[in-house]
Amino acid sequence: MNSSSQNFEDLSPRGDSADGESLTVEQAIANLESADLGLRFYAAWWLGRFRVCEAAAVTGLIKALEDEADRTPEGGYPLRRNAARALGKLGDRQAVSPLIKCLDCSDFYVREAAAQSLEMLGDPVCIPALIKLLKVGLQGEQLIPQPDLSQPYDAILEALGTLRATECIPIVKPFLEHPVELVQYAAARAMYQLTQEPVYGERLVQALNGDKLQLRRAVLADLGAIGYLPAAEAIAETLAENSLKLIALKGLLEHQVHQTAESSLSEGAVRVMNLMDSLL
Amino acid sequence: MNDHALAQKLIHAVEAADSSDSLLDAVKQLAAAGIEESVPTLIAALGYNNPGAAVAAVDGLIAIGEVAVQPLLELIDNYNYGARAWAIRALAGIGDFRALDTLLEAAKNDFSLSVRRAAARGLGTLRWHQVPPEQVESVQTQVLEALLLISQDPEWVVRYAAVTSLETLAMSGDNPQSEQVSHITERFQQMIDTDADLGVRTRVRLAQQQIQQQQPQEVVVPNKKLEGAKVPYRGGGRR
Repeated sequence: MNSSSQNFEDLSPRGDSADGESLTVEQAIANLESADLGLRFYAAWWLGRFRVCEAAAVTGLIKALEDEADRTPEGGYPLRRNAARALGKLGDRQAVSPLIKCLDCSDFYVREAAAQSLEMLGDPVCIPALIKLLKVGLQGEQLIPQPDLSQPYDAILEALGTLRATECIPIVKPFLEHPVELVQYAAARAMYQLTQEPVYGERLVQALNGDKLQLRRAVLADLGAIGYLPAAEAIAETLAENSLKLIALKGLLEHQVHQTAESSLSEGAVRVMNLMDSLL
Repeated sequence: MNDHALAQKLIHAVEAADSSDSLLDAVKQLAAAGIEESVPTLIAALGYNNPGAAVAAVDGLIAIGEVAVQPLLELIDNYNYGARAWAIRALAGIGDFRALDTLLEAAKNDFSLSVRRAAARGLGTLRWHQVPPEQVESVQTQVLEALLLISQDPEWVVRYAAVTSLETLAMSGDNPQSEQVSHITERFQQMIDTDADLGVRTRVRLAQQQIQQQQPQEVVVPNKKLEGAKVPYRGGGRR
């Protein structure tokens, strides 16, 4: 047995092996080149899901980013999408350049997956390519006049925020006014990460009062990601599933702990834990 | 209006609600009335996939308390894990001992992590004074064993919930040197050393802190809270 199958045991929650075909690591890697396109697609997802960080898996997935065989009727690339998503989870920086190339792919969902995975890999070398894509939505430093949905702006903005690309502040800011609410929230999240100004955190807190459950869920994830402590009570009270509130509050908690020594408990950390306890 | 008429009116409003907002308002009002007759309707509201209404219904059921326990145990929805998690939360909030077996089973074996989480929490909020004194020790052992097992659940949030309950269990007894407490503190140290999740480790630190803070007081005031109800008074302070 190798270390990755060990990994699979550790990461698989009970019942998970039942919801799909069970594979070994070797099979999954081999299946990336199977004649059966369905098996390739599933193998790419599986390698990401179980975080199989072996060199052969990374190489196989990188190769799958250039797949031409698997196409949707609209011209999309399902295998490339899954491969791009998986590579973000594997944490191997060899994937950075190939993912940057994917930002030019004709398939929106491949570009979206690539931006999300580049965010996870955390290598700032992708910043110029993300900026180029973000600028598709801009004329100078203004949004282009027509509502533009041609790029995965939310994923791009979130990546730039996480990568601390402070040089992007002037081109991120206009997206606070984007017609799509999710894009506005991604911009607020990125602006907070880039400036640490509470006004952007507060904008997300206000969004927790919005009408749509889907949007409140997205905002919970954003607040957890930026660890905005003043949102703690609003998170606990918003109308959404406790599971999502708990994940968001855990984001706040971990952010607090990272700012102090792990062994000492700040007042903020205790406050967040008391709220979490009440949501169990 | 008497309780029955009021309940009928409020129940009707829940049944007639035609939007998620009007449902939320109707459930809130029904829950606030706290009338026993509304229990089945409140339980039904746990299954409407409306988190706001479910929170209100859980609060209402907890306020109604013991009379809601039997219907909750009977009507618990085995096919809707969202509703089941809310029902377990209501049982946990009431803390009635009749829910023990349901909580143990759910915490250890339910496939849904939100159900396991709520049940793990519930094992820490049981009202020990309802247990016949001669059974307290064996039941606590059973709960402790379950919680030690659940503290190894693959999901962080279930382990987190188990920590909160291990904390209450460690603080519920009168003897900080008991074997039970030392099992718990040992497990906490293990979790600090090995748990993969920072949130869980941080919650363990809070639990350790709470237990430590309580210990000196326990020596001075040995007969706090639950003590009196669960064992006969044993005379003056511990010397």
